[in-house]
Amino acid sequence: MTDVLDPPIVAQPADHGQEHDGPTGILKWLTTTDHKIIGMSYTVTSVIMMVIGGAFAEIIRAQLTSPSNNLVSLAQYNELFTMHGSVMIYLFAGPFAFGGLANMIVPIQIGAPDMAFPRLNALSYWLYLTGSITMLSGFFVAGGAANFGWVAYAPLSNSINTPGAGADLWIGGLLLTGFSAIFTGVNLTATIFYLRAPGMTMFRMPIFTWNMLVTAILILLAFPVLTAGLIMLYCDRHFGTHIFSVQGGGVPVLWQHIFWFWGHPEVYILALPFFGVVTEIIPVFSRKPVFGYKGMIFATMTIGALSLGVWAHHMFTTGVVLLPFFSIMSFLIAVPTGIKFFNWIGTMWRGEIWLSTAMLMAIGFLFTFLVGGITGIYLASPPIDFFTHDTYFVVAHFHSIVMALVLGGMGGLYYWGPKITGYLLNETIGKIQFWFLFIGIQVFTLPMYLLGLRGMPRRVAGYPLHTSWEALNQLATVGAVLIGVSTVLFVVNIGYSWKKYPAGDNPWDGHTLEWFTTSPPPHHNFYRLPRIRSERPTWDYNHPDRPAKYHGHHDIQDGVPVV
Amino acid sequence: MRRVVALPIAALALAGCTVPTFGAAPGVTTSSRSVFHLWQGFSIGAAIVGSLVVVLILWTVIFHRRQGDNIPEQTQYHIPLELTYVIVPIFMVIGLFAWTMVVENREVANPNTDVTINVNAFQWGWKFTYPGQNVVVIGQTTEDPEMVMPVDENVHINLTSSDVIHSFYVHDFNFSRLALPGVLNQFTFRAVNTGTYQSQCSEICGLYHTLMVFRVKVVTRSQYEAWLASRANAGVAQASRSATNQQTSSIVPTKPTKSKGDN
Repeated sequence: MTDVLDPPIVAQPADHGQEHDGPTGILKWLTTTDHKIIGMSYTVTSVIMMVIGGAFAEIIRAQLTSPSNNLVSLAQYNELFTMHGSVMIYLFAGPFAFGGLANMIVPIQIGAPDMAFPRLNALSYWLYLTGSITMLSGFFVAGGAANFGWVAYAPLSNSINTPGAGADLWIGGLLLTGFSAIFTGVNLTATIFYLRAPGMTMFRMPIFTWNMLVTAILILLAFPVLTAGLIMLYCDRHFGTHIFSVQGGGVPVLWQHIFWFWGHPEVYILALPFFGVVTEIIPVFSRKPVFGYKGMIFATMTIGALSLGVWAHHMFTTGVVLLPFFSIMSFLIAVPTGIKFFNWIGTMWRGEIWLSTAMLMAIGFLFTFLVGGITGIYLASPPIDFFTHDTYFVVAHFHSIVMALVLGGMGGLYYWGPKITGYLLNETIGKIQFWFLFIGIQVFTLPMYLLGLRGMPRRVAGYPLHTSWEALNQLATVGAVLIGVSTVLFVVNIGYSWKKYPAGDNPWDGHTLEWFTTSPPPHHNFYRLPRIRSERPTWDYNHPDRPAKYHGHHDIQDGVPVV
Repeated sequence: MRRVVALPIAALALAGCTVPTFGAAPGVTTSSRSVFHLWQGFSIGAAIVGSLVVVLILWTVIFHRRQGDNIPEQTQYHIPLELTYVIVPIFMVIGLFAWTMVVENREVANPNTDVTINVNAFQWGWKFTYPGQNVVVIGQTTEDPEMVMPVDENVHINLTSSDVIHSFYVHDFNFSRLALPGVLNQFTFRAVNTGTYQSQCSEICGLYHTLMVFRVKVVTRSQYEAWLASRANAGVAQASRSATNQQTSSIVPTKPTKSKGDN
């Protein structure tokens, strides 16, 4: 059903059959250290988390369809938005990106047999799974789950204001998933630095791998700070310390500094992997190399570096850290992000664009991220932040961002899923899913921008009767339902396409190494490798007469034009 | 492209409010208006850059679709083009930043004070104290308190919190500021229109956050003095006893019976 543009290259196993006779079935899943199986476990678990978090979102949106709805109580509402944010950020987006996609794809993209520390990789997954269950189990204890927002601002999160065990389970779950992220960061960094195949120099690595390297370094810089903060919070709650309490001489705003020193790099820890995904999809489905490959890498590095110096833009309205530094640093992030946008467009420009589901998702990502990115520039300006902070404008802004990431992630699943499973997903259902998701996102986010500008604050379960807010809220709910339908369609597609469409090794005429091996790859990924002389070894092997060119038809050697 | 961006902004400065609102409102204070103009300027820039990107994406998606099994030109680098879209955005954000700083410095400046109001946020209500006037207004979730202030005067707010973090958010002033325990936050408003403005806490502060609403009532000097005199002898008055019996809280969900400790 897909157009295979070239005869697929079949990597010949040295000897057919199982090269590792290990346990099978559930025992294999429990004991595996294979990055592909761990990555798949991560992907499935995190998609389940997305469905759980999405269900919370649908309840929240249902509550807001009328000004004084009594679908949930105020207490339940606080739990729902707290756990919606926590599940989506901590248990879905990050683990899906660096535990799922990166785990499955990075070793194959650089020609490595596995991650550098396979057992640590398994530990990461099990910490993530137990942490997720720990956090969600808050719903089953007296007092309910955590209810102080996903940012857990002190002193609301102390033991007087939030006495329940749900908050402790939230902290515990976050510590466990935090360690899981740190170990994955260690693993990715070591893998990318030490396990590259011969010929795979740093500047021949695919952009996805580059982005995962920067992401992993950001994880190593940011997550330990969150871990330390959570331990301080736990000590304040149970061991009588007063780090964040005024009464004991502590400083509540310190929690915000610690949280956002993790939290802002975290935004890019979430975003960079998906930037990487669309930077893989767009060139393949345009049949062109990444335009400005090196510029793309420097843009990623710049975003990573700047992201460490912008945390206080979440705190402009505290009045205590209103420094121009944080404003200009936040503004500057627009520059490398803009470079990426123009490079993506440059990649598509005069290409041969194939609108597969993966490519549609990537283009949908571009539009949605554009909206989120531009509204992000507004928020870098403190006076504008003063009147939009903690309103639905900010909610809409970051939902444009994260829903763009969902589009990118879905694109990644349609693009790389066949490599890992060996089977393609149905393209027709995929395209219907795309339109539900894409239109749903816009119908969901755009009214929320207006709501914020008309004064609706975040995290309220009701609102005044006399305003235009009701219609806008109902529109946003319609969008949320469309997004929900798209998720159902995705699950339907998996069921419908189950082992139906064999993918072959290289269904998209791919550029990078993962398309050189079989689908699914053998236990240690490769039986043979092509010569790696650019960032497109598989393309070079299949199209030896079509190397990348500098504008004006000069050849390129390692990114430098040969004049 | 820099000139294209600069022109509408210059026009905006001259023409004032003839420019579209882009969803925001000018508000009723001096600084809310300058913030609003900043918002308009950002929106014009955003509209231009955003449309450019959208048109480029749509153009390539529509006109560069696959035709058969061709392999297009494998262009990977075009250094002058790439440098252009590094350098132009740098100047654009520096321009936006400079304008931001002008507006921000004006907004956070501390001019001479005509009236001082101490605002204390607590779970879940507001206390407005008028120092030297023996007037205190307290309101909880069952009754919205009202902060009365005179028009065309510099009103200085001393904002504190008794327990957790709250946010003093007045939508018609285009402004919010967190009320932090242990911190005194100070800022000044100068309202230019009289009226009553619905406001509320915008930082999650616990169970009844949704109901932590208040009103800001901007009145003339004589009305303000009459109001002060009527309140001065009442001591600690309940909020808005006479005028607002009918409009109590504008939000309907279940009212708390106790204000604290029942979560």
